Amino acid sequence: MATIRCASDAGVTGCSEDVALSRRGLLIGGATLALWSFLPKSAIAGARDPRLLVVVLRGGLDGLSLAAPIGDPDFAKLRGRLALPVSGEGAGLPLDGFFTLNGAMPMLHALYQKKEALILHAVASPYRGRSHFDAQDVLESGLGGGGKATDGWLNRALAGMPSAGAAEKPKGLALAAVVPLVIRGSAPVLTWTPPAYRLPFRADTIARITDLYGQTDPALAKAFAAGIEIDRMADSTLDPKAGLKGKDGGGQPFREFTAAAEAAAKFLTTPGGPRIGALSVDGWDTHANEGAVKGLLANRLAGLDAAIKAFADGMGPAWQDTVVLLVTEFGRTAQTNGTDGTDHGTATTALLLGGAVKGGRVVADWPGLSQKALFEGRDLAPTRDVRSILKGILGDHLGIPQGVLAGKVFPDSASAAALGGLIG
Amino acid sequence: MPPHTTAVALRRFGLGPRPGDTKAIAGDPRGFVLVSLADPARALLLDQTLEPSHVTFEATRTAQKQQKMAQDAAQDAAKDAAQATPEAAPMVSADMAAQPPMAPMAKAATPVPGDKPGRIRREAMIEEAAARFELARTTPHAFLERLVMFWSNHFCVSITKGQVRGLAGAFEREAIRPHVLGGFGAMLKAVEQHPAMLIYLDQAQSIGPNSKAGSRRDRGLNENLAREILELHTIGVDGGYGQEDVTNLARILTGWGIGGLQQDDDRVGRFRFTPQRHEPGAWTVAGKRFEDRGVATGEACLADLARHPSTARHIARKFAVHFISDKPPPALVDKLERSFRETDGDLGQLAKALVTAPEAWSAPFAKVLPPYDFSVALARGLGIASPPGEMLRLAAALGQPLWQPPGPKGWPDADDSWLGPSPIRERLRIAEKASSLTGKSADPRELAADLFGEQLSEPTAQAVKRAETREQGMVLLVMSPEFQRR
Repeated sequence: MATIRCASDAGVTGCSEDVALSRRGLLIGGATLALWSFLPKSAIAGARDPRLLVVVLRGGLDGLSLAAPIGDPDFAKLRGRLALPVSGEGAGLPLDGFFTLNGAMPMLHALYQKKEALILHAVASPYRGRSHFDAQDVLESGLGGGGKATDGWLNRALAGMPSAGAAEKPKGLALAAVVPLVIRGSAPVLTWTPPAYRLPFRADTIARITDLYGQTDPALAKAFAAGIEIDRMADSTLDPKAGLKGKDGGGQPFREFTAAAEAAAKFLTTPGGPRIGALSVDGWDTHANEGAVKGLLANRLAGLDAAIKAFADGMGPAWQDTVVLLVTEFGRTAQTNGTDGTDHGTATTALLLGGAVKGGRVVADWPGLSQKALFEGRDLAPTRDVRSILKGILGDHLGIPQGVLAGKVFPDSASAAALGGLIG
Repeated sequence: MPPHTTAVALRRFGLGPRPGDTKAIAGDPRGFVLVSLADPARALLLDQTLEPSHVTFEATRTAQKQQKMAQDAAQDAAKDAAQATPEAAPMVSADMAAQPPMAPMAKAATPVPGDKPGRIRREAMIEEAAARFELARTTPHAFLERLVMFWSNHFCVSITKGQVRGLAGAFEREAIRPHVLGGFGAMLKAVEQHPAMLIYLDQAQSIGPNSKAGSRRDRGLNENLAREILELHTIGVDGGYGQEDVTNLARILTGWGIGGLQQDDDRVGRFRFTPQRHEPGAWTVAGKRFEDRGVATGEACLADLARHPSTARHIARKFAVHFISDKPPPALVDKLERSFRETDGDLGQLAKALVTAPEAWSAPFAKVLPPYDFSVALARGLGIASPPGEMLRLAAALGQPLWQPPGPKGWPDADDSWLGPSPIRERLRIAEKASSLTGKSADPRELAADLFGEQLSEPTAQAVKRAETREQGMVLLVMSPEFQRR
């Protein structure tokens, strides 16, 4: 059982009805209808009932390993062992000849072939620093940067959605214990918290604590290592499915992510339910032993692919009216570092999936990877402001007027004109 | 590397920094700690909604009587029913017996609760625990609260023993808090005469074999309290006493009990001396002979034990182990011992002696936070205002349920007592939960700098800064040695 509750900027106590959602996702209880009956059947003209799910990939996804520019003459030598090979074992899935898709994502590839997946490359937010927190703030706030953001662009978009004739404003949906900044704000947001079964700790967090104790406190290091070992033994005894993708933790967070994706599909397909949702997935900060072909990143991408499939399957026919947007705060260095990983970079990929997407394409104003072309001599240079993509989707998919987008949702975005032709 | 004085003030002598604390006290960290000793009244927990122990005691006793009457009536009714209708089930289950008799006039709307005495005790416990946690979370005089926690653990009781559940909080408010900056002898007397202690260590049942009551009944001495007074509360296990001292102190303490516990009706729920249960005679304890002067014998004996040289040594060492480490600097223990002896056990002076000793400011942070203190530090540092019940469950989940120590010796206090692998791992779970409660817009980099200032180590600062998300940064901050040790 999980509970849903209303949330607003003031906290998560906006309304008191707790709605029961069984593990199979069936909504039960009269409160459900009472809660959602206010929603417009179809907020904009026509028979379309558009849905939008925004997925924030936190940590800085390496776009060059997701959609690798194998046609770029500098790619293989910059990336060395980390580069997706052109052919043979670990070779990617073909996209357009220039780019190849990471082999861990067959579902995404199938969508691409059905023209339901669009890959945008060399994309970045206006942020040019290298701090995760600050970069996530800029990406999610939709602002030009600077100052601490208190609300997100998706929430402001919700507030700006056309709702002619509807009794109440549409609500958003956050699939997380903590509402992600991107959908935080004055417009009401329902939150769904994953069922409180004990999830295993994230391998990445364990590694960071182990590293910290290793440098500072041998006694804590020893106790912590022993505690984690006990956990691991118990986990492998009690739950044979633990570690979906092996020992390095690739599969771990995705049990939670897949559950959230399934829940998102349930809510977004519920008659009269919310149509705009957001969730975030950690674990893309691949500083060491990135394993783009086989290993850490490949496993995480496989998990992401499984969650995409779970969501697409769950949407059923409504998939045709759906856009899933996957964005990350920044990319990673073009060149590998000394530990077979990559450090914080700048431009990267953004993904658009769904039946409403004009897919089967890689859209990129490719800057090249020559030393001269790299941003600050180290990162894939940004050639597209992510806000132009967001403005394109919000306008063409949700019908939010460009004036509202330019004025209220992305107030500092004059330099980033809406990118058309993404939907349809 | 010696710790930073500001960190010593807020961690070793505090309950962990709150945002702003490190900056606010940076000018005079020692002065900040000493100021908390200025006013003994600040140690009191003044909350009008908390009942004195005798009130809770009496309410519980009244409820017990009502429950007993209801049970008796139910049994009588069942017996009558069984006689009237022989085919009816002759056995009455315990559950049924607890129900009111099914008389026609019984009001369905006001059922008699199954366990009202238990409920009174539980509610008192919850309210006391919540008030205590809230004080710890918000107090600027954290050192004073640390002293309360130290003495409360030194003279611990456990809520697992019947009535004590309802009295443990009041015990701390009535017998510990008024004396943390006062005399050790006064605290000792208040503690040993408090109903919670008299119940916890069985003193209320002890009867002098040659007293009036003892000669009528086949009952006698209970040495439990007497033994723990010598072994734990005063001169200590190696302080130089034998079985004869234990037995004699037990004899001297006979007659110490609680009004209303037996048949007596005066002084209900308060300390009561019953001469009829008091063992006559003169007895020797720790080398000194005490003539029988009734209740005054025991009081004189306690006063003597409070001044015993071994008590000074025992307390000095325990104090230093608690605040500094397992292996406290011998010079510091000597200073504390001298202070205790020369001031006749003035606990305010003892605390001052600790805070003014240079050794207390130079020793490294050796102790892992006990779970209760960890939950308090979390609430203070991260500004979590969760219901205290939730924070208290945290401490319990990590192995330290409030007022429920493993025995009369209290919670262990070695540097690594709380360094077990599973509990340390569980702290990560709690850190993740806490982080999700604060993760909204708090910046862990700013918080780390705010809470720990110059004491923040480079590895911790880097780990927090490089975290993938704010939430993870917060988790790393909470798990850092800066947060976990004092």
